[in-house]
Amino acid sequence: MNVADLIDLLLQHSPALIVAIPLLGAFITPLISRLNDKVRNVFVILTLGLTASLVFLLASDVFSGNIHTYIFGSQDLALPVVRILFEVDAMSAFMVIISVILSLIAVIYSWSFMKENTGLDKYYTLILLMTAGMLGMELTGDLFNFFVFLEITSISSAALVAFWTNKAKSVEAGFKYIVISTIGALFILFSIALFYGQYNALNMAMIASAIQYTFLDKIALVLLIAALAMKAGVVPMHMWLPDAYGKAPSSITFILVGATQASLYGVFRVCFTIYGGAINLSSISVGWILVIMGIITMLLGVAMAIIQTDFKRLIAFGAVAEIGYMLLGIGTGLVVMLNPEMTATGLAAMKGGIFHIMNDALDVGLLFLVAGAIYYATKETSLNKLGGLARNMKYTTVFFIIGLLAVSGMPPMNGFASKLLIYESTYHLNPILSIFAILSSIMLLAVFVKVFHSAFLGPALPKFENVKEVPKSMLIAMGAIATIIIIFGLFPELIVNNIVEPAANALINYGDYIREVIPSFTGGA
Amino acid sequence: MFILEPLLETFQTGSGFWNPVIWVDAIIVALLIVVVLRGFGNKEYKKKTGQTQAFLSGNPEYEKEQMHIKSSNIYWGFTESLKWVFDSLKKLHTGNISDYSLWFIIVMAILFIVLIMGENLVGAI
Repeated sequence: MNVADLIDLLLQHSPALIVAIPLLGAFITPLISRLNDKVRNVFVILTLGLTASLVFLLASDVFSGNIHTYIFGSQDLALPVVRILFEVDAMSAFMVIISVILSLIAVIYSWSFMKENTGLDKYYTLILLMTAGMLGMELTGDLFNFFVFLEITSISSAALVAFWTNKAKSVEAGFKYIVISTIGALFILFSIALFYGQYNALNMAMIASAIQYTFLDKIALVLLIAALAMKAGVVPMHMWLPDAYGKAPSSITFILVGATQASLYGVFRVCFTIYGGAINLSSISVGWILVIMGIITMLLGVAMAIIQTDFKRLIAFGAVAEIGYMLLGIGTGLVVMLNPEMTATGLAAMKGGIFHIMNDALDVGLLFLVAGAIYYATKETSLNKLGGLARNMKYTTVFFIIGLLAVSGMPPMNGFASKLLIYESTYHLNPILSIFAILSSIMLLAVFVKVFHSAFLGPALPKFENVKEVPKSMLIAMGAIATIIIIFGLFPELIVNNIVEPAANALINYGDYIREVIPSFTGGA
Repeated sequence: MFILEPLLETFQTGSGFWNPVIWVDAIIVALLIVVVLRGFGNKEYKKKTGQTQAFLSGNPEYEKEQMHIKSSNIYWGFTESLKWVFDSLKKLHTGNISDYSLWFIIVMAILFIVLIMGENLVGAI
């Protein structure tokens, strides 16, 4: 077997391997942990590195226009046997890239950040499980399987949020997270039962091809949007998010951003793919619901952020505001999709919303890593007690400035490019929407300038006299994210053309996704 | 071979465009001007003299902690003038898991009304 054959083989099995490798790695980690801590850390990094390589291999093929399917069970779709089908289009590939990058960077960061903690075998096992769950949610083409991966992600995330069990608030945050996740998951399961009862199918493409938009389908749509939006942290169901993000170790908060976005991906998959054909008549109302949710999420998130004094809680509310932009972009796309005169606007809005998913993960993620670095160096998260750290932590300060500018949508950072797409497209829909979006960005800038002043500027405080820069692994992790932010900011056309636009088209042309499983399907764009 | 051209493409947004490379060039030029201007002033600077001491109109200098404006005091005017807004927002965030679940039910009810009953109403009209 030559190299080309091996690559072809890996590519063919990559949808399964991308989930299987971290899943198996999770179970091997406790065993390796018995040998040596360093060996375990290297093993986890290599496991996620290998997963990332497969993700990029698969994504490069998917972005060139192919849709990959992978069937666990009988290959003959006509046979009535239990099978699970993974289906990877450009939107799925886009999401798995984000998830795997976040997980890989988080374990590199954890090497130093968590070294003083005990129970790290469980910590790394849970990270790998959480990663497998997120990747599974984004790759699966089966609705029940989506629910299973959602549960894997939720349970491992809740345990990781509560990892610092010596802190009562962390345990409380973990408890809140698992309760909210379970409530959401139950309603998702209920909606899956509604589909199964009507169409005798669990496969998304199959349901999408058969959906009649009956009264029960409408109920299922309500349940799915509400439950997944809650998991994504959409206002007013966001209240678990600052608790969980604020109290989890920063490395975990960084991956949680990806887990939240995996739920948001679920909302988009439901609205565009499963209900893609049926929703046409009511897409204006569904689109407007997403737009209104987006605006409220944006404004409330940023308003709450401005009055926070806890570093991580403040960033968490900033993250809530950022989710609003994604909803606004995608919602606008859904609203104008039916209007033939506004096709270009719809595509621009979709591109903006999707590009912002990646930018949000990088920008907010970097800020969380910086918050973790400050906690590592000072053991302090209250902004009222911090100050003058730019003197002692020069690299961390630079990374914070990059994150600050990016998350506020300041040129020339990546956040500006995606927000510009959203501002312009929403302006065509209604100028007031873009005014709200710009206002929210200005307030986000004000929020993070406050953080910058409180934590990094001001006189050198005697209590932080001996504070030193964080270890190299944390600097490498933050540096890697900062570098990606700058590259995405400087070359947005390259990113949008090669990654974002295929993902937007995958959502819009939902018929291709369905036809990959049901070749006889004739609907869809 | 590394191809530079795609990297330098102007970002088309549909109804506008954006070229960050030009923006970066402008920032570099601005920074160069700053460095040149700073060079003019450097000659007068004397380390460890009265120039580097904090001057507070003859008043004694406070402790370092007291000199730093705390996070809670930044935007005080803004938050104080909109106190009613921020107070009501804070009240929503009770930290109680039952309230979190209640908001989920409320949103589900609103979606139900808009998506199901709303459509039926529009259909009837």
